[in-house]
Amino acid sequence: MTTRRLILSATPVLLAAPALAQPRWPVRPVTMLCPWAAGGGTDAVLRIVASQLERELGQPFNVVNRTGGSGVVGHAAISGAAPDGYTLGIITVEIAMLHWQGLTELSFRNFTPLGLMNNDPPGIQVGRDSPHGDARALEAAIKASRPGQLKASGTGQGGIWHLALAGWLGAIGLRGDHVRWVPSNGAAPAMQDLAAGGLDITTNSVPEARAIIEAGRARSLAVMAPARIAAFPNIPTLREATGVDFSTGAWRGIAGPANLPREVVAAMSAALKRIYDGAEYTQFLASRGFGGSWADPDGFATHLAAADRQMGEAMRAAGLVRG
Amino acid sequence: MSDLLEAFRLVMATDVLVAIAASAVYGLVVGSLPGLSATMATALLVPVTFWLSPIAAVATIITASAMAIFSGDIPGALLRIPGTPASAAYTDEAYALTRKGQAELALGAGLWFSAIGGIVGTLSLMLLAPLLAEMALNFSTYEYFWLALLGLMCATLVARSSPVKAIASMLLGLLLACIGMENPAGTPRFTFGVAELLGGIEPIPALVGVFAVSEVMRAMASAEPPKLPRRRFGSILASQWTLTKTYQWPMWRGNFVGIIIGVLPGAGADMAAWVSYAMSKRFSKEPEKFGTGHPEGLVEAGASNNASLASGWVPSLLFGIPGDTITAIAIGVLYMKGLNPGPTLFTERAPAMYALYIIFILANLLMIPLGIVMIRLASRILRAPRAAVMPVILLLCAVGAFATTNSLFAVLMVGAFGCLGFLMERNGFPVAALVLGIVMGSMVEQSFVTSLIKSDGDVMPFFERPVSGVLAALTFGALLWPVLALPWNRRAKPARLKEETP
Repeated sequence: MTTRRLILSATPVLLAAPALAQPRWPVRPVTMLCPWAAGGGTDAVLRIVASQLERELGQPFNVVNRTGGSGVVGHAAISGAAPDGYTLGIITVEIAMLHWQGLTELSFRNFTPLGLMNNDPPGIQVGRDSPHGDARALEAAIKASRPGQLKASGTGQGGIWHLALAGWLGAIGLRGDHVRWVPSNGAAPAMQDLAAGGLDITTNSVPEARAIIEAGRARSLAVMAPARIAAFPNIPTLREATGVDFSTGAWRGIAGPANLPREVVAAMSAALKRIYDGAEYTQFLASRGFGGSWADPDGFATHLAAADRQMGEAMRAAGLVRG
Repeated sequence: MSDLLEAFRLVMATDVLVAIAASAVYGLVVGSLPGLSATMATALLVPVTFWLSPIAAVATIITASAMAIFSGDIPGALLRIPGTPASAAYTDEAYALTRKGQAELALGAGLWFSAIGGIVGTLSLMLLAPLLAEMALNFSTYEYFWLALLGLMCATLVARSSPVKAIASMLLGLLLACIGMENPAGTPRFTFGVAELLGGIEPIPALVGVFAVSEVMRAMASAEPPKLPRRRFGSILASQWTLTKTYQWPMWRGNFVGIIIGVLPGAGADMAAWVSYAMSKRFSKEPEKFGTGHPEGLVEAGASNNASLASGWVPSLLFGIPGDTITAIAIGVLYMKGLNPGPTLFTERAPAMYALYIIFILANLLMIPLGIVMIRLASRILRAPRAAVMPVILLLCAVGAFATTNSLFAVLMVGAFGCLGFLMERNGFPVAALVLGIVMGSMVEQSFVTSLIKSDGDVMPFFERPVSGVLAALTFGALLWPVLALPWNRRAKPARLKEETP
């Protein structure tokens, strides 16, 4: 099995070798895989980056949505592609989570990181009529509450915003399930239920809560980030509001299969850096309210290892680790 | 007033008009291909909107989605292959009309009442948006549970077969909806270690399989049905005015139900069509004609379907909460183009908002002439030899399934559902009920489990909350109706028999 896979994965490299011997990559169109559906946030980030890459590197970068299996299928397709630089993709925070739940063998080690492009920190939102005026008051109320008395939501069981809540509770010395998690199909239904009075807290990202906040139906008390978000300068960081230093986020970055040739990594990381600094990408992030966050291949690798560790701890605290 | 004039100026710009015309044709074509849904038509437009002006970008989404929802009815009526889960509710009815040689009546009803539903839905968006949004915000998971349960009960009302078989099909659909890890516990169920199954069973491959592929299999297994009488394809709109007058009350009921269900995030057009078709049959004076090619249900469900599509924009525009998968995509486009959803969109950006209303109306009006052309072109398929049509359908099914996830797995899934659908129909189990189970299953489970988590296991909130209580009463009423009506029916039957014997 191993030998066959070796041969299979080596063949395209040999075939591509003449092309790579030339100084320039790419010489033909590049496929960019997206593990999430067309029309979503990850898809939007990848498509804007792909259109810019086309301009930077002079070859078409075609986005293909390989969805299914809660992201497992698409991530597996990226890591399983021939490492010749002609199949790359976007990887998301789920890659640091799925393997802890025993859902896949895949982890960040199966990828060559090329550039971190975006990071959305979780916010702490309460409903309009919530008695808690700021994050400090909410923290005190949580500490005073019975376990399971308060309810929070923002995404499905074991999703990134659930882990944000569990991580925050851990940081203030409580059990990860002290506030009961109500699983939902994403941030939008959770925000609706918060406005309908069915929940006490949501911990999804601020851009996902934006319209409801602007409609005056909910308030964001803090963001779990090292610095305030550019698009929401009035919302303090958790550290400013309560002194608790805890930050996490849902990040997205460009990556390829493991063992990408050095030329590809160099060309991609330079191009991605120019795109990240460019006006169009900045404007895109601002318009969607997405947070920017850049890391070069080495920085992204460090980030991946740290994120993997942090997610593992948070999932263990929330009782989600399996296998 | 000046805002309104400014809105007209925005819409009348050349690029906006070109965008509307192009996306209308695009939506009609994509929607009419079996296996390609309205959601996919919308998603594929997103990269195009990067290069358009804000109004033009939103115009493409609005126009393409409205057209695709309508043209999803075309393969349903002509070939018994519904284009969207929404049209699955009345596919058998429309196809029965086609077999009776009244394809133009079936398709014309789809077109005419879709346009009316779309326009009435838009008017509700224009006049009642804040009120409707307020109502939607009062719906918590408790209310959604009853709503989903009511939706499921439509399976027995809609089916022409025995209720027991309809319930069995629906339960099989619910079982299939359990597959995957998109459940409240986030635990993989029935995945057998197959990564592709983690995301669960998508309604579209299931729909394409049980309707289209099983239809192809049936065509292979049976002799060619008697040719439809060769005759001119009649006028498409001529009889619609009569239908509008005859079924005026069901039409308004369809519009009303569509608007209410559309406004509720997560319920959407699929459920609106099912509920309206079931209501139409329940309250009809001649329910025995349903399923034999009777236009009444088409009127009500067709209007409901498109009305919900328009009113689904209410929570999206006011709170950024998508009403369905199409508006979920549209919200991303709105943000990208600086038209941020929220109350300020209605005050500070009023011209842009009015422009959206005008585009809605324009798209629904444009639907009528373009739809007629599309129906005329598509109806040629009825004269094509079956041996030529069936392989093309199979090919389209495979392409459409592949396009949903870009993997071969979905194609295999469609094949498997095809075999299942074939076996079920052979034995008299309605496949539409299976699709309904798959569509509604996760909503029933999600709303039930999360409600219990929120109430710490207490079932009383399901009955105590005012809206929830009303919905609970409706559900139990519908459930117990056959039992309660039994004595009354017994008394009524002999009387009717006497009338019929001369």
